[in-house]
Amino acid sequence: MFIRHETIEKNVILMLVLTLITVSIGGLVQIIPLFTVETTIERIDGMRPYTPLELMGRNIYIREGCYLCHSQQIRPFKDEVERYGHYSLAAESMYDKPFQWGSKRTGPDLARVGGRYSNDWHVAHLASPRAVVPESVMPAYPFLADTPLEYSDIAQHLRTLRSVGTPYTDEMIANARADLEAQVDPDRDPTAMQKRYPRAPVAKFNGETNKITEMDALVAYLQMLGTLVQFGDIPPDRLKQ
Amino acid sequence: MPSQAVLTADQRPAPRYVEDVIRAAVILTMFWGVAAFLVGVVIAAQLVWPQLSFDSPYLTFGRLRPLHTSAAIFAFGGTALIGTAFHVVQRTCRARLFGGEPLGWFVLLGYQFFIVAAALGYLFGITQSKEYAEPEWFVDLWLTIVWVAYLIAYLGTVMKREEPHIYVANWFYLAFIITIAMLHIVNNLALPVSITGTKSYGAWSGVQDAMIQWWYGHNAVGFFLTAAFLGMMYYYIPKAANRPVYSYRLSIIHFWSLVFLYIWAGPHHLHYTSLPDWAQTLGMAFSVMLWMPSWGGMINGLMTLSGAWDKLRTDPGLRFSVTAVGFYGMATFEGPVMSIKAVNSLSHYTDWTIGHVHSGALGWVAFIVFGTLYYLVPKMWNRPAMWSTRLISWHYWIATIGIVLYITAMWVSGIMQGLMWRAYDELGFLQYSFVETVAAMHPFYLIRLLGGLCFLSGGLIMAYNMWRTIRTETEALATQTQPALAA
Repeated sequence: MFIRHETIEKNVILMLVLTLITVSIGGLVQIIPLFTVETTIERIDGMRPYTPLELMGRNIYIREGCYLCHSQQIRPFKDEVERYGHYSLAAESMYDKPFQWGSKRTGPDLARVGGRYSNDWHVAHLASPRAVVPESVMPAYPFLADTPLEYSDIAQHLRTLRSVGTPYTDEMIANARADLEAQVDPDRDPTAMQKRYPRAPVAKFNGETNKITEMDALVAYLQMLGTLVQFGDIPPDRLKQ
Repeated sequence: MPSQAVLTADQRPAPRYVEDVIRAAVILTMFWGVAAFLVGVVIAAQLVWPQLSFDSPYLTFGRLRPLHTSAAIFAFGGTALIGTAFHVVQRTCRARLFGGEPLGWFVLLGYQFFIVAAALGYLFGITQSKEYAEPEWFVDLWLTIVWVAYLIAYLGTVMKREEPHIYVANWFYLAFIITIAMLHIVNNLALPVSITGTKSYGAWSGVQDAMIQWWYGHNAVGFFLTAAFLGMMYYYIPKAANRPVYSYRLSIIHFWSLVFLYIWAGPHHLHYTSLPDWAQTLGMAFSVMLWMPSWGGMINGLMTLSGAWDKLRTDPGLRFSVTAVGFYGMATFEGPVMSIKAVNSLSHYTDWTIGHVHSGALGWVAFIVFGTLYYLVPKMWNRPAMWSTRLISWHYWIATIGIVLYITAMWVSGIMQGLMWRAYDELGFLQYSFVETVAAMHPFYLIRLLGGLCFLSGGLIMAYNMWRTIRTETEALATQTQPALAA
């Protein structure tokens, strides 16, 4: 049954095919079950797609490479749970394209940073980190507060995401622009927006200007991180993978 | 024995090899090397003095870090691989490059265009945020085209070879090209928001995306930075030492076991995350097993020097290659250790990982490239030797000291950081706030910067030596031929 290695060494197509088969096996075994085994993603309540404003903020987070210094993945260790909160669930990143778990903590984990600091703190910290935390080595992002948020194609973003599996409804897509504006305008009635996106906070996140800026979007995103799942309401056996 | 086929002087006339492309690749490799080391030094300095981003959106650590990693891996490493692959495949097959100059230039220049497009993208914030797969969809599509052309050129050359056996270096280059193609396509599947825009959303999300990304990411290490450079080792070390490869049988065993095992190791980047435990355990088990084929390659490389160890005294270029194999052995021992979950719980998210990567990237990848270029430059430009052997020695020592400073600083800071995060005081409270651990890193970031500066200086010395080798002799030749022309 054994082919002599000499045969492979003399036939480059055979060598190519055998190599391709050899390198495919590991990936197939590790990746396919993640799509087929139902318990891979815990079945818990609370998860929803990002609001249009949060999505734009997330895209700024990606653009600036925040994931290179901040993880969004709390490991099930005593010190991490005490420092950052409940360990991360697979379900909590189910709508993340791409995932932002990160691989380095030059700065602290952000998986549950939502609601820990005020909007004003975030605005001040992003504009000038060392004004708030003197030992910080984070770059300053003062330009975020001055740059108007570009969101003219927001509906197209939601539509694209739906094509690759995120459950945005027709209603969400039709109202994308209005929902984005409603989330930064405390004077508007947020009921319809919050019905589509439960637990979405409404605020003028960047209080320094009336325009909708990139700072508004980024802070809105940071403020929702880790806030969707209410761990108090979930029986522990539902958290099993 | 095929390993000796390379070394036996053949009586038949050699075909007219494509060499201009290789010469261009050699110069571009040197350029990208210096660029990558320079950006590395800049971002290392930013972690010491964060003001160095000057409040500019284009100079933040978050945008420069992918510039550094891509410049090192894809620009410096990738260009070296394209150049040496074309050199090795033509020589070991005794065949002119398939597609000739046009296809050769298309692959090399097309790849340079990919690098520049990706790099400009990072500065302007165009990124997928997948580590080592940051370029957006349109750049990925372009790379796919270039890569297919690369495969065609390589495969075509092997198919029209005059040697019956395919030499071992080619197995590794071929495995690298085909596996990177598979990883690149699957990991980067995405749908653009608009055909005229840069932004896209990927096909995968959350936990599956994480698994696919690190299946890609770890095998960018395994096949781009390991298998391909082993191909380089299997040609240039025997050549420079003038000895056949130590063991043909070991080549076969470690080739097949390396390509089979490496692909499983990805989940060790995701220990204790939301990735299911079974996948983490598989990743750990295979990472530990991977130690064996890795050391198989190291033994085969080092033992090739049997009977030629004295050459290390006189040939500092070969000293680079051999030290590279030593670092390869060290990094591939450290890797399996760090993939053990208990160790990883301490090392993950810390600078230890950064140190590990650099003992591989500087010690193995950069050193094997330096050794190869010191061999290749005189050959390609028809010079008796490099302009200055002394400068090669200087480069060797300053670069080695740089690596040692770098990795020891990162070991100490990484382990310290990991221990500080989990430290409790006697009352049962967490002993350190996060920002105290940041402040504690400061002196080690300074030492790391110093190490990086040493490594960059070495690169500049090499570039100068290379420039003099290419230029000086040309001038000498020109003055010699002038009277003849006048007559």
